[in-house]
Amino acid sequence: MIEVKNISKSFEGKTVLDDISCVFESGKVNLIIGQSGMGKTVLMKCTVGLFEVDSGAVFFDGRNFSAMDFRERKPVRQEIGMVFQGGALFDSLTVEQNVMFPLNMFTTMSSSEKIDRVNFCLRRVNLENANKKFPSEISGGMKKRVAIARAIAMNPRYLFCDEPNSGLDPKTSIVIDELIREITDEFKTTTVVNTHDMNSLTQIGEHIVFIYKGRKWWEGSYDEIRNAENKELNDFVFASKIMQRMRE
Amino acid sequence: MFLRTLFEIGRYWSFMKGLFMKPEKFRVYYRQIMHELVSIGVGALGLVALTSVFMGAVITIQSAYNLVNPMVPLYAVGIVARDSIILEFSPTIIMLILAGKVGSSIASEIGTMRVTEQIDALEIMGINSSGYLTLPKIIAGILITPFVVLISMFLGIFGGWFAGEMSGTVPSADYIRGIQDQFVPFNILFAMIKSLVFAFIITSVSAYHGYHTEGGALEVGQSSTKAVVYSSIIILIFDYILTQLILA
Repeated sequence: MIEVKNISKSFEGKTVLDDISCVFESGKVNLIIGQSGMGKTVLMKCTVGLFEVDSGAVFFDGRNFSAMDFRERKPVRQEIGMVFQGGALFDSLTVEQNVMFPLNMFTTMSSSEKIDRVNFCLRRVNLENANKKFPSEISGGMKKRVAIARAIAMNPRYLFCDEPNSGLDPKTSIVIDELIREITDEFKTTTVVNTHDMNSLTQIGEHIVFIYKGRKWWEGSYDEIRNAENKELNDFVFASKIMQRMRE
Repeated sequence: MFLRTLFEIGRYWSFMKGLFMKPEKFRVYYRQIMHELVSIGVGALGLVALTSVFMGAVITIQSAYNLVNPMVPLYAVGIVARDSIILEFSPTIIMLILAGKVGSSIASEIGTMRVTEQIDALEIMGINSSGYLTLPKIIAGILITPFVVLISMFLGIFGGWFAGEMSGTVPSADYIRGIQDQFVPFNILFAMIKSLVFAFIITSVSAYHGYHTEGGALEVGQSSTKAVVYSSIIILIFDYILTQLILA
């Protein structure tokens, strides 16, 4: 479980996150939703420590992550897997080397064990026969899948996905969503997904945090969202005709 | 402007401090150093060779053109060419050229990694990204540049001989006598010291600018330009300081 307690973050005097508290539950897909520019990515980056918070704290299963220095954070970070918006694959490494990278850095596994693990992770994301390809040679959807494979290589307890569907066609988006759902169930990870894709909301959303103007505006389950009487949330979630029809 | 300079110097030192944390895995760093040795040293050899031969040729012909006094023996051209190449041309001008080639390459490589979140991906894994990306480049630069400078010296002197012989301005016998006459071996050591210092400046300053890139493709280009400009200026300043300290 990840607890975010009263965190605030400003950039050059402009407040981006204002006193946000929420809980990301274990074994569930937790969604952070909101319009672009409302602070979703900043909230995620503050949670994983890529941005230092101005005030407040983040707890990973009771461990105060915000109070730790770089060395103390290392063991916690090795329990985190993250899928970045653009994949963030290392350009100079092949697909196989990308997935193997954390294993090379942090394990004492033999070469054959590492290859086995890489192949397992790539099979898990339905990506075979791409081991020797470079990121520039594969499609956007494949990049996302490689990024997921790399994120799960170390058996993470916490999985963060920053807009995993951005730039993907609806069909590939569903594949990625299902993959996140399956991995969460299979590995019992605490998964946090940052999205403004309403398909993801309906497909995988279990626990939802709605961010509006840098503040937590609403929090609840997918079932609760349909009957929520929150104007901003409704304006956002039911903006499209398809979603309006679904509600009706 | 003054405050900005102080800020940059402070941030540079803080960046350098981060490089010398214990590496995650020595074997991975060793592999990176080997890769960088090829990239920085072997990759630059063609340009260095071409520049050295032609510059040696030009120095020789220009020296012969200017030494018109019958009191000055023709072999003095060899002395002038040798000392110009060993003391200044190979360790300084070649390093300025390397600042353009290697410096811009380092800054754009690391800058691109920054804007595509590859550095964030390293941080998330618990890797000291500044150390992992920069330290192998600095070590490789320091290890390989003395050899590059020695090769440049040899080729520069060879170019001078070739041009003198081909143009008929300096006969071979005079040139060879000149390059042997009053030779001070310490000058080679001085050139080596300069090349080590300049290699450190090029790699660290370029990596610093790449690492602190913010934005997108435009900013990567700006960082690359800054890396070359600042490396060149700092090299010129340290050229004067080292010459004053060691030779004066």
